[in-house]
Formats: sequence, C-alpha cells, structure tokens
Amino acid sequence: MQQTSLISGKNSFAEEVGVALRECTPVVLGVVPFGITCGIMGLTAQLSGFETILMSVLVFAGASQFIGITMLGAGITGWGIIVLTTLLVNLRHLIMGSSLAPYMIKLPLPLQAFMAFFLTDEAYALTISRIPKTGYSVLYQVTVSTTLYLVWVLATVTGVFLGSYISDPLTWGLDFAMPATFLVLLIPMLASRISLIVFGIAAVVSVFGALYLPGKWYIIVACLTASLIGGLLEGDSNHAK
Amino acid sequence: MRSEVLVIIIGMTLVTYFTRFGALALFRFTGIPTWLNRWLKYVPVAILTALIIPSLLLPQGYLDISLNNHYLIAGITAAFVAYKSRNIIATLGLGMSVMLILKLL
Repeated sequence: MQQTSLISGKNSFAEEVGVALRECTPVVLGVVPFGITCGIMGLTAQLSGFETILMSVLVFAGASQFIGITMLGAGITGWGIIVLTTLLVNLRHLIMGSSLAPYMIKLPLPLQAFMAFFLTDEAYALTISRIPKTGYSVLYQVTVSTTLYLVWVLATVTGVFLGSYISDPLTWGLDFAMPATFLVLLIPMLASRISLIVFGIAAVVSVFGALYLPGKWYIIVACLTASLIGGLLEGDSNHAK
Repeated sequence: MRSEVLVIIIGMTLVTYFTRFGALALFRFTGIPTWLNRWLKYVPVAILTALIIPSLLLPQGYLDISLNNHYLIAGITAAFVAYKSRNIIATLGLGMSVMLILKLL
C-alpha cells in the first residue's frame, strides 16, 4: 500500500524522478527570472544580500516576498503589517492544501509537514494535473517541489550577486513563461461541460477581482466561487441520474 | 543582519507555513467532509484559471484588451498550441517566441 502511493504505476524510483524533473523543467525555467528579480529588488530596497537570500530560503513564496521587500523599501518596518499582508497573500495555499489533502493525509505526519513547506502554485499545479494520468505520487511531488525550491534560492543568489550588472529580467517578458505553462496544464482539464462553466466563472470573477480587490484576493474569491458552483452543478447532475 | 528585518522574515515564514500546512493539519484530525470533497473537485480548474487569465488580461494591473497587450496575443497563441499539441515545450517555445518578437517590434 505504502509502495503504491509512494511511486505511482509501475515506474521505478529513478524513472519517476526522471519524469518529474522533465515535466517541471519548463516551470522551473519560468521561476528563474522571478528569483533573479527578487535578488535585485532586495538590494534595491536596502536589504543586505544575506537578508534577501535568507528570505528566499525561509519564506519561499514569490509574490509575498516581492510585496514584503517593496514595503521594507518604502520604509515600512512594522512587522505586523508586513506579516499580515503575507498571510493574506498566501491564504490561497489553504485551498491548494485542501485540494491535495485527500491524497496527503494518509502519509506520515513528518512527511506531510516536510512537503507542506514546499507547497507553491507551481508545485501544486504540476502535482494535481498528474493525478488523472497516473495517480498521486509522493515522489513526484517531492522531486518537483524541492527542485523548484533549489532553483528559487539559487536564482535569488544570482540576482543578489549580479544585480548591479544586469537589468530586471521581468522587463524582457520572461514572466510570460508562468501563464504559458499553466495553460498546458489547464486545457486538458476542460473536457466536461461543468469544467468549462467553472473556467468561465473563474475567468470573469478573477478579472473583476483583479480590478477591484486588493492584493491576491482575486485568486481566492474566483477560486472559491467557481469551484463551489462546479460542485453544486456536479451534485445536480448526479441527482438527475 | 538587522534584528527587525530578522523578525519580519521569521514572521513571514511562520504565516506562510501556516497557510501551507493548515488545511492538512486540520483534515488529518477531522477527515474530509463529503460536501467539501465535491467542492474540491473543481479547485484545480478554478485556481489555474484565476492564475492565468488576469496575468494575460491585466499584465500591468489594468484591463488591456488590445493588440498592444503582448501578454494577451502571446497567451492566445500559447492556448492554441497547448490545445493542439498538449506539449509544454512546444507551447512555451512558440509563446515565448511571439512574446520576444512583439517586444522587439
């Protein structure tokens, strides 16, 4: 039982790691410009190189690091407001954690606690879209998550050391790599009528939310609304049978 | 290393970890209610959509539906390639090429 959940299907340990590394490469490449930008921003906001890198090592959450660094750079040094903003920006992870919970709660507690530290948008997207294909795999999630972590930290270090020599890589449009890879994960999911409805609602609500709500609330509101309606529609069609 | 910065980084670390582990820790003890299970089924579609669509339609923070929005043009290209090929490398390659060409024009 433990064996089947650790490595899905009949893949061997090495094959599973290989598949995970191959599938996460494009996403990892998309993370690099953000990490470099994070390093550059830290120095611009008068953080020391060590402080900037420590933040990537411990917090490991791109969006909230950008916001935290910007606030520090703007002279906001009260810890309460920065920590509260970080909490709000990262609340979406609660939804991702719930989504993975049916697979993860059977695992030993220390392993869960370890894997939770590395739960990012990217690791979640890759792990959840693999489940319909080959089932849930701990090894896949761990490989993808730790690779993203190492690259995030190394990219921040690169930004800190090269910051004064290179211009901000996000102005080159490299940040487009992120939505592009998410598109490849999303499109195969849109196979049913309900999924298309959920997609439509999430698209409309997230755009309005991004226009009128502060911070990252648009992700949380759009996700809760659209997935709730999806669940209700699913319930109706089950009753009709 | 300034102590007030260290306090902020540790605070950010703790709340971020709470958001990542909170749901797992709760459901480990309570189990996952069936109504929630049904709700959770469409979370992947909803969350990916909410991450993608605003980054294409509002790349600068305001709604931009025009040919000047490179993210939108490259995004439509990438969506088409993703639909036809289901291949990350092809999608990323073509999408990024369109992005780069638009930036250089």
